Amino acid sequence: MTEKTRPSAGETAPAGEISPEKRLEIYRLQVLLRQAEQRAYDLFLQNKIKGTSHLSLGQEAVAAGAAAAMRPGDLSFCTYRGHAHTLARGVPVEKVLGELMGRDNGLMRGKGGSMHLTSVEHGVMGSYAIVGAHLPIACGAAWRAQYKGDSDVSVCFFGDGATNIGAFHEALNFAACRKLPVVFVCENNLYMEYTPIAEVTAVKHPGADRAGAYGLERIVIDGNDADIVYLTMSKAFARARAGEGPSLIECLTYRHSGHSRADPAKYRPPGELDKWKERDPVSIYRKRLEAQGVPGATLNAIDAEVRRLVDDATQACEAAPSTSEDILFTDVYADGGCSWRN
Amino acid sequence: MAQLTYREAVARGIAQEMARDENVVLLGEDVAKAGGVFKATVGLFEQFGPKRVLDTPISEQAILGAAMGAAMTGLKPIAEIMFADFLGVCYDYIANEFPKTRYMTNGQVSCPLVVRCGNGGGARFGAQHSQSVENWCMQFPGLKVVSPSSPVDVIGLLAAAVRDPDPVVFLEHKSLYAVKGEVPDGEILDTLGTAKILRPGGDATILALGMMVPRSLQAAEALQERHGISCEVIDVRSLVPLDTQCILGSVARTGRVFTVEENPRQLGWGSELVSIIADEAFYDLDGPAVRITTPNIPLPAADALEDLAIPSVDRIVEMIRRSLTA
Repeated sequence: MTEKTRPSAGETAPAGEISPEKRLEIYRLQVLLRQAEQRAYDLFLQNKIKGTSHLSLGQEAVAAGAAAAMRPGDLSFCTYRGHAHTLARGVPVEKVLGELMGRDNGLMRGKGGSMHLTSVEHGVMGSYAIVGAHLPIACGAAWRAQYKGDSDVSVCFFGDGATNIGAFHEALNFAACRKLPVVFVCENNLYMEYTPIAEVTAVKHPGADRAGAYGLERIVIDGNDADIVYLTMSKAFARARAGEGPSLIECLTYRHSGHSRADPAKYRPPGELDKWKERDPVSIYRKRLEAQGVPGATLNAIDAEVRRLVDDATQACEAAPSTSEDILFTDVYADGGCSWRN
Repeated sequence: MAQLTYREAVARGIAQEMARDENVVLLGEDVAKAGGVFKATVGLFEQFGPKRVLDTPISEQAILGAAMGAAMTGLKPIAEIMFADFLGVCYDYIANEFPKTRYMTNGQVSCPLVVRCGNGGGARFGAQHSQSVENWCMQFPGLKVVSPSSPVDVIGLLAAAVRDPDPVVFLEHKSLYAVKGEVPDGEILDTLGTAKILRPGGDATILALGMMVPRSLQAAEALQERHGISCEVIDVRSLVPLDTQCILGSVARTGRVFTVEENPRQLGWGSELVSIIADEAFYDLDGPAVRITTPNIPLPAADALEDLAIPSVDRIVEMIRRSLTA
């Protein structure tokens, strides 16, 4: 294992207290993301979900820690690997699985699919499948909040691969110049699709090592530790709400599965996955809570409650009808239809 | 009533909308303090201040992306992409983001924004600052495309674009910025998706856009005077939505149709219009539909060459005369 791909404990260690209730919320969120995405994977294997899918298994601490630090009104901008971030904002599992399965009960009734999960009522302002496109878009939403004097923060999640595309740099510069209330969260899972990010990037830390170019603090954290994510995000939110501008947070993490459903991830060196699984975010969080005196029965009850929820959602989706054909031509234009001529 | 240049009309149209609605904001390169490289936004920074009129870096993706994020959450941004050619460096937003968001989100998200660009040739700027890019934009379901040819239409269509709940690409013609026209006092509001018959005629229909509109009007004048041919000149104005009824109605009256397009021939906007006419008005035609276009070449810089490439009044006259008298 090279130095660059070794599981890292991060470099930035934020201080702060987390209440027992908040810790249980963060635990439950991680369990929910884990179980919902494992279910999505199982449904793929059963051919009940078609198309593609990009899972965040192994990266739950980022989505859970970040969402736990957000307030209603804060806006999430996600990538095609966006199931976890969508669920973490409170979007029902049934809506997400239904969308993946192309059912009428889906979040967008099947018109978007896995890579475009959006739920405005939950502050999930979209999942974007063109790498980097949503960083400027998140800036625009932050610009609106600044213009209106609102305290909402835009949060933009993206992978390590996005740091090498032009929109990343345009967005960072734009946000820093205008002191926009936006938090950029780079989930560095070490692989840009099938290629190790270190092989194609001029700096060691694809996000954090670019921060200085835009006058921002260099922040590299252990993205498998939800407490560290939560505390770091909380600090970044406070900074954004105080009008002090954007933050760029690089979270070191690892995806347990391949890039997408088509990828068995054979390019990874032997032992690397096992090494990272020793630092599985859900397991280490559970051990931490137990060490802090939370009874195992309490945690088991959370696990069981989430299991029931995911099972119920799955059953509801399997029973739901396919998306109705009458929406094929709707919502291209604001008049509700698709006519472009008289 | 006042005489305004086309570029003054742009600023007046934006000012009209910014004064009406505090959610209307303007951003782009050099649009604020400098008043725009084409001087089409002069005075807006002074009138509305730095909060609503933003100078941006040369970051076209940031400009369009920020406009989209702001539009999705409640503002009505007008984003300037200085030369329409530069849409090439932020095409993702034109192609993938603006037009598809409403559909993909099952109607949850809308993008009510306007992208203004300096479009077209005639200024000797060469192949990367002179293109007519209507067909770059009109192919995406969900996006609207407008191109005015006169100062009064600039104001009315710009106001309509700003108030429209869908994303609109607003193509201003660079070589028309200095052209003057009568503009009434008070608020001006036009309607997207409406073509205008600028000159009635019975022998042939000419469909034109942007700088090709004044050239087509001159050609129609010459055809009448020199050859006794009466042409109806239609300013298409809005490619999406398209006023098909106006166009088909004219074709039914005249029996012949010519498109005058500044874009290179291959897949120019006229090809779609001619296709519609072939489908729906074939039996009204007394002869082939003819497209008068720039040839399939990048635009050259030298004046002699550029003038040869873009349809001129003489070329329009000659092609219509030959076609009708053949």
